Amino acid sequence: MAAVPNLIPALPEIFLALTAMTLLMLGVFQKVDGDGQATARFVSYLAVIAFGLTILLVVTVGGGRKLTFDGMFITDFFGVFFKILVLIASALTLVISQGYLKVQGMARFEYPVLVMFATLGMMLMISANNLISLYLGLEMQSLALYVLASFQRDDMRSTEAGLKYFVLGALASGMLLYGSSLIYGFTGTTDFGAIAALFNSTAEGGPSVGVIIGLVFILAGLAFKVSAVPFHMWTPDVYEGAPTPVTAFFAVGPKLAAIALLLRVMIGPFGELAGQWQQIVAFISIASMVLGAFAAINQTNIKRMMAYSSIGNVGYVLIGLVVADEAGIRGVLIYMAIYLFMTLGAFTCILCMRRGGGMVEDIKDLAGLSRSHPMVALAMAIFMFSMAGIPPLAGFLGKLYIFMAAINAQLYTLAVIGVLSSVVGAFYYLRVIKVMYFDEPTDLLDRPVSREIGLVLAGSSLFVVLFVIYPLPLLAAAKAAAQALMGG
Amino acid sequence: MIIQALAFYLFAAVTVASAVAVISVRNPVHSVLFLILAFFNSAGLFILLGAEFLAMILVVVYVGAVAVLFMFVVMMLDINFVELRQGFLQYLPIGALIGLILLVEILVMVGGWALSPEIASAVAAPTPAPETVTNTHALGELIYTRYVYLFQAAGIILLVAMIGAIVLTHRRRDGVRRQKVSEQIARRAEESATVRQVESGKGI
Repeated sequence: MAAVPNLIPALPEIFLALTAMTLLMLGVFQKVDGDGQATARFVSYLAVIAFGLTILLVVTVGGGRKLTFDGMFITDFFGVFFKILVLIASALTLVISQGYLKVQGMARFEYPVLVMFATLGMMLMISANNLISLYLGLEMQSLALYVLASFQRDDMRSTEAGLKYFVLGALASGMLLYGSSLIYGFTGTTDFGAIAALFNSTAEGGPSVGVIIGLVFILAGLAFKVSAVPFHMWTPDVYEGAPTPVTAFFAVGPKLAAIALLLRVMIGPFGELAGQWQQIVAFISIASMVLGAFAAINQTNIKRMMAYSSIGNVGYVLIGLVVADEAGIRGVLIYMAIYLFMTLGAFTCILCMRRGGGMVEDIKDLAGLSRSHPMVALAMAIFMFSMAGIPPLAGFLGKLYIFMAAINAQLYTLAVIGVLSSVVGAFYYLRVIKVMYFDEPTDLLDRPVSREIGLVLAGSSLFVVLFVIYPLPLLAAAKAAAQALMGG
Repeated sequence: MIIQALAFYLFAAVTVASAVAVISVRNPVHSVLFLILAFFNSAGLFILLGAEFLAMILVVVYVGAVAVLFMFVVMMLDINFVELRQGFLQYLPIGALIGLILLVEILVMVGGWALSPEIASAVAAPTPAPETVTNTHALGELIYTRYVYLFQAAGIILLVAMIGAIVLTHRRRDGVRRQKVSEQIARRAEESATVRQVESGKGI
């Protein structure tokens, strides 16, 4: 009789899975009155509460390094850090989705349930300590996201986005699996700890070619999921076509989880092979920064612009991975935390862009926003200034930590290209502000803004503005998380 | 021993022959029947290997469910297989060439395969000696005990796939008459039927 595995480290995930299934049952058996909007709203708010409770559980289970399920599942402070960010992102997404779902007539209770399952997948990704658990977490997340992308199933663009995401995502999963099978074939194990131990002991002969090919394939698969440059082609189309709150979720949740996974895989099992993957990641990083900066200039659709902006941001984040020391990882963690609030805030502003009951998405539709919605315009200006990296705001500090780490590691080329491309990027962020404040309005956007959206906007813009005054808790948490990853 | 070898060659030859027949016969129904034959012979190969559980699963799941499903699809969808197969000969050379290149690559890779001695100790899931446990026991040990986490995660993925399929395709239609069992049971004779005296020669 084998011992029952220790379930305590996985308690938050188990709770989230059970709650998601319970809410699914609740939604199915609830009496439908009208078009089911009341049910959708009810389930959504229960889901937000469930995310809150899961955060509490994550904190309670704590950051001590624990392995369970035969070493397939790991909790450490690094995981706790990312899990809290992902859960915040999911909860906020559900909150800001409500108005949109109602207006577009897609308020169905499956939406919050799918967001919950996607979040569960992200948490499994963050806690993966084995190539198989990595793949299963990734697939759970992606499958739920494919459905969410085409959730507005009567809309051509939404279904197109879902299909594109699905086909290209399946291709990326295939590459990841091929890489994993090569790694398994050449090392005989899928466990991260065992792989790392093998490379430690066989350092003198150097790794075999098969392992390197496998590593490159895994890197390609993960680069697809974070939409880094040679694998970014799906991003603008999917971001543009998917329903706006889903796009907001895409820009934050999966990116956080995939970056966490990328860090864990590259630093953990393949840490000894840093010389092999650093040059690849450096190339991906430079290409992402440059493309993100230049391709966004010509965009007229604000969701497409945000897609290129997110590609550029991934480029900056990957600098921290190239540095691959504690300072670099800490920079990545700080940047991702700030990126979460900036991006969600910006998308919340985009969700306010309604005219005559329908959504509008062109940058020029923002004209005159400063007069019709002064507070929304102010918040949007804060997020754009922050993304452009204007000094006292949070976005500047995020970039600062990453560039500092790069300079301390003597990666001057990366740092210089990063600074230059963020100057280019500032152009299109500032253009949004110019349109909002100085262009003559054509048709004013609808008022008023719903209370939930106002709260999220106020909260995230306060975070972005005030971060510089009291950054210590986040800095300390990021430092502890980076130590947990490097020490593990 | 000689019987075992003979059985192996018999099963293997029939498997390969029926696999070729699956893609070469003209009638799609025959094609599915050949597929079933291939499944049965693979099950025989599994038994020769001592994997009786897998053999039974192959028969039950593949022959019992998957092949029947194929049969349904072939019979219900009117696919023009002759049209699909046009150009088969035209693309044969390039297909054969690609297959040959892949074969050479695999041979080169397997030829250069070298495992360092440390790896033998790190093998992920060593199977216990077949004399000590039965097939079913060993598989259960792996799937439901050692890999229970992955098993459950895979289950949730399938659940998500199901939700997704329903969300994307299910539509609530008007004018659908649903069976309401409770109402049917609650009906009483007095409510649904009345007895009337009808005078002869007149309607109601």
